[in-house]
Amino acid sequence: MSEIIISAKDIEVQFRVRENYLTAIRKVSLDLYTGETFAIVGESGSGKSVFTKTFTGMLESNGKITNGSIMYHGQDLTKLKTEKEWASIRGVKIATVFQDPMTSLNPIRTIGSQITEVIEKHQKLSKSEAKAQAISIMGRVGIPNAAERFDNYPFQYSGGMRQRIVIAIALSCHPEILICDEPTTALDVTIQAQIIKLIKDLQKELGFTTIYITHDLGVVANVADRVGVMYGGQIIEYGTVNEIFYDPQHPYTWALLSALPQLGVKGEDLYYITGTPPSLFNKIDGDAFAPRNPKALKIDFAKEPPFFKVSDTHYAKTWLLDPRAPKVEKPAAIQNLHEKIARMTSKGGAFHVRTE
Amino acid sequence: MNAKFLSYLVKRLLMAFLTIFLVIAITFFVMHAIPASPFSSEKAKSDAVIAALEAKYGFDKPVTVQFWNYLVNILHGDFGLSTGWVGNTVIDLILGGFSYSARIGFTAGIIAIVLGVILGSIAALQRDRFLDKIIQIITTALVSMPSFVMATILLLVFALQLAWLPSLGNQPGGLILPIISLSLYPMAYVTKLQRSSMLDVLGQDYIRTAKAKGVKNSQIIFKHALKNTLTPVITYAGPMMAYILTGSMVVENIFSVPGLGRLFTNSMLRTDYMMIMGVTIFLATMIILMNFIGDILYKVIDPRIDLG
Repeated sequence: MSEIIISAKDIEVQFRVRENYLTAIRKVSLDLYTGETFAIVGESGSGKSVFTKTFTGMLESNGKITNGSIMYHGQDLTKLKTEKEWASIRGVKIATVFQDPMTSLNPIRTIGSQITEVIEKHQKLSKSEAKAQAISIMGRVGIPNAAERFDNYPFQYSGGMRQRIVIAIALSCHPEILICDEPTTALDVTIQAQIIKLIKDLQKELGFTTIYITHDLGVVANVADRVGVMYGGQIIEYGTVNEIFYDPQHPYTWALLSALPQLGVKGEDLYYITGTPPSLFNKIDGDAFAPRNPKALKIDFAKEPPFFKVSDTHYAKTWLLDPRAPKVEKPAAIQNLHEKIARMTSKGGAFHVRTE
Repeated sequence: MNAKFLSYLVKRLLMAFLTIFLVIAITFFVMHAIPASPFSSEKAKSDAVIAALEAKYGFDKPVTVQFWNYLVNILHGDFGLSTGWVGNTVIDLILGGFSYSARIGFTAGIIAIVLGVILGSIAALQRDRFLDKIIQIITTALVSMPSFVMATILLLVFALQLAWLPSLGNQPGGLILPIISLSLYPMAYVTKLQRSSMLDVLGQDYIRTAKAKGVKNSQIIFKHALKNTLTPVITYAGPMMAYILTGSMVVENIFSVPGLGRLFTNSMLRTDYMMIMGVTIFLATMIILMNFIGDILYKVIDPRIDLG
């Protein structure tokens, strides 16, 4: 594998909410390799966005990194405090594409000025050079007649085109890392496929590393090289996309995959995970998923499991992998997932929205 | 765009005429429904004198004829003769009063808007901190204090106790206290509007995008937030400017400023039909004008707004 570009170690993030502290991220470590696409999946509130916000110092003002380090080119990002210290990283080396293109652009400034703003700021170019560069980027992300549409306002663009602009802004300074925070959730399915393809094509061309936050496993299957599953403020399992889909080890990953609507059987209710996610205001003992896991072991409630190695690239944080643990079969729905998905795709099903 | 704007202007102008016509009609007939007459006073006049006066001002004709004549005269720029200030035309009195009121009102209005926007933005940026709390307390106090209390306190403290400023409007520097007392309420109100508007805008996704782009905080506020926050202030400032320019009855009376507000109160006390109608029409026209300016400003600020 290629070299590590950014390495987060034991990251803990706390938010102060009124007089209480909420621990949103509980000791998460993650190494990203140059040029890969790493997808982070998990339900709402599992900490996907919060975790990646620490990479750009974008935590809300009541949030703080209380432990750990993020090493990037020999620099610990958790130590950066002021705007000035972030100036050479945020928006330049590490850029973010947010979820909702309808609201991500300033409604009363022209599209062009919102792109040139970054270019002028970070590349110290003149106004006309910045404009030329902005128009070329607009063309690159697939805006037809870019020069004419330079002075348009966001309301004159469709949702998909606005997301292309958001991507253009993010990529205008040739970042090394692109964080895509649910970039297609707010878009309809056809536009979704176009945007995913656009990000993939640009990645191939420009060679940046992508972190892809989503709760759509269909998207994950399409874009990711590796996947990390988050639950209750922790990554509980990570591995290559094939390992996570076809050889999942953690009961939560099983549950998540079982809930794929594509696996539903006609006439039967879709699978859903009972219970609610843990409250992050309280200290969590043992495996955070244990209370919702019907097959939880006694030790799951008492002691937090360590990561067990499944393969060189695949690790899972569950006691089931301990040699002393009883054998627990993964749910029937996701056994032979490989064949099921293969069958669906061969029939032109919607699972793999493969775009190339 | 230009043809569209022209048709918008024409539409607005027609609407304005219709509105002003309705205002004229309503004030006219309400005024004539009042049992009191401009010539009734403690000193009893003989019937012959009253009849002569009514003939002079045309009050002896049927109401509908009077109304028609009034409308025709207005189109000629003639708002009639004042009965309260004998020998003066209504229009001269109004313009004379307006020159005072507008000077006070314009200064007070600008102060209110500028300070309000600045203070409101500061409060929002310092949310829940000390400065915000101080601003909140002061603006709440100012918004809830009636203007006659405010003006009286200012008069008492700065004119009488400290004797820093004159108490009468026609003395040099005499307009300072009226300007202050007139600007405090709208300033406090604009501060409150601006604070909540700024908080709303700062929570918007595009502000987060700007931050992720690496834009500096100060630039985020000036280049991305500020313009977006001004819509509520403009909505309020249009009619506010109209009222403040046409004079405050309370403040002008307390500081003895010979402005339009004082003229209006006095013309009511003197049952001066012509003046009351004249001032009402003038006020209505100002409100229409200010609302129009406000609408144009919306368009200048927000390209999404489609006039017409």
